[in-house]
Amino acid sequence: MKHSIKPLIVLAGLLLLWQGAAVLFEIPPYIVPEPVDVFSRMVADAGLLWEHTLVTLAEMVLGLILGVLFGVLMALVLVYFAGLRPWLLPVLLITQAIPVFALAPVLMLWFGYGMASKVIMTILVIFFPVATCCYDGLRHTHQGWLDLAHVMGGNGRSVLRLIRWPAALPALASGLRVAVVVAPIGAVVGEWVGSSAGLGYLMLQANARLWVDLMFAALTVLAFCSVALYYITDNLLRWLIPWQQKTAY
Amino acid sequence: MFDITLRKAGLAYGDNVIFQDLDLTLKAGQWTCLLGGSGVGKTTLLRMIAGLTRQKNINTRGEICCGDNQPLTGRIAWMSQQDSLLPWATVLDNVTTGIQLRSNRLFRKAKLSADQKDRALSILERVGLAAKANELPQNLSGGQRQRVALARTLMEDRPVVLMDEPFAAVDAITRLDLQDLSCELLAGRTVLLITHDPLEALRLGHQVYHLRGQPAELTDAIEPPGQTPRSLEDSSLMALQGQLLDRLRHAEHGESV
Repeated sequence: MKHSIKPLIVLAGLLLLWQGAAVLFEIPPYIVPEPVDVFSRMVADAGLLWEHTLVTLAEMVLGLILGVLFGVLMALVLVYFAGLRPWLLPVLLITQAIPVFALAPVLMLWFGYGMASKVIMTILVIFFPVATCCYDGLRHTHQGWLDLAHVMGGNGRSVLRLIRWPAALPALASGLRVAVVVAPIGAVVGEWVGSSAGLGYLMLQANARLWVDLMFAALTVLAFCSVALYYITDNLLRWLIPWQQKTAY
Repeated sequence: MFDITLRKAGLAYGDNVIFQDLDLTLKAGQWTCLLGGSGVGKTTLLRMIAGLTRQKNINTRGEICCGDNQPLTGRIAWMSQQDSLLPWATVLDNVTTGIQLRSNRLFRKAKLSADQKDRALSILERVGLAAKANELPQNLSGGQRQRVALARTLMEDRPVVLMDEPFAAVDAITRLDLQDLSCELLAGRTVLLITHDPLEALRLGHQVYHLRGQPAELTDAIEPPGQTPRSLEDSSLMALQGQLLDRLRHAEHGESV
């Protein structure tokens, strides 16, 4: 657990700096609230924060699951149906070329103010890193393994299942790590444009009323969720793919 | 057992002819060793025999015949320069990769029959790694990994074994041990071994060929006397190694001038 102490020290240092600066320069609390105030707001409004956190978390997790599913499917199609590649690659690029901020109002119009539009936004944000990483991983299978499988008489399906897929897992894992980091962007941007619940919605409301301490409290919870999600995913991947650190391929 | 004969074999990557009109006979149950500098086309020749050169930009010619007139496909085991062990599979799973690959299961891995498992374990015992059956390859040394690769080759139980510098990546002592072990365990099979180490070829080969030039040609075979694996203390072996090294050096310098 030694490595988990260093980030905590950094965090505590930053909080101290923040508190010190707020006190020293006498920054008004409606511009930068003191960490102590933010913390007491978090405690006082714990119920409210929890309620909205659940909504945002659900959007992120649902978006992640579906986005990863679609990304992996897309990668498999790109690898195994070479004829479709010239048609599909532009589509893949277009989903990324349009900023998700610009798409948000349209998605709101089509899918409503509820969770669906935010989940779709999250899917759009994470689909690309997952699809490209998985596609790269599937394409660059170590030639020695493929030769061996060919001589052993493996068929396309068994080679995919036993060799190409596990060989692509470390690459897919890199895609997943990126996806987990950017997933909150999709969810919160969606909430920011139009919603009735979620941390983004809470921030928007607090912002309009100059409840800066509540805004910072929501921001802190969001940051904590993102970091926690990343560490959980990272540890899960390390456990599932124990060989990735030590292979040269 | 059967001889394998290459007649007028040729291969080109586009316009780049690697070799043409090559004749070579791999004698049944014997080791044929192929020496040559890097880039001369040794591995390409081996890949052609293994049927790994069926790609768009590769033109192959000539024929590969077996003495019993059956096709060669499905009767070859392949051992490459890197051990090519699957890093996510245990030693036992690596040894039985071939069985898994030939099964038609969609998602779950095929369960080994008790016979197959016993055989895999007894082969691992013969290469001295029975205790490591459930380890991942990353916990093994280079020599141990190569022994797992040898066990995997034996598990395939094919009459023909093609080896591409299988012992190049290990230290000198381990290499000698692996040579002795392979010689013992692969006895009776038709082996084609590619190597850049003249001593290895002379210790293990019944016929030793030298591939050189561009397009590459085979020299006449050297047939070192005595039983394989030949002892390092054999002075005639050392003399032959000296001659071979000289020839290899001349070939290399001839190409570079």
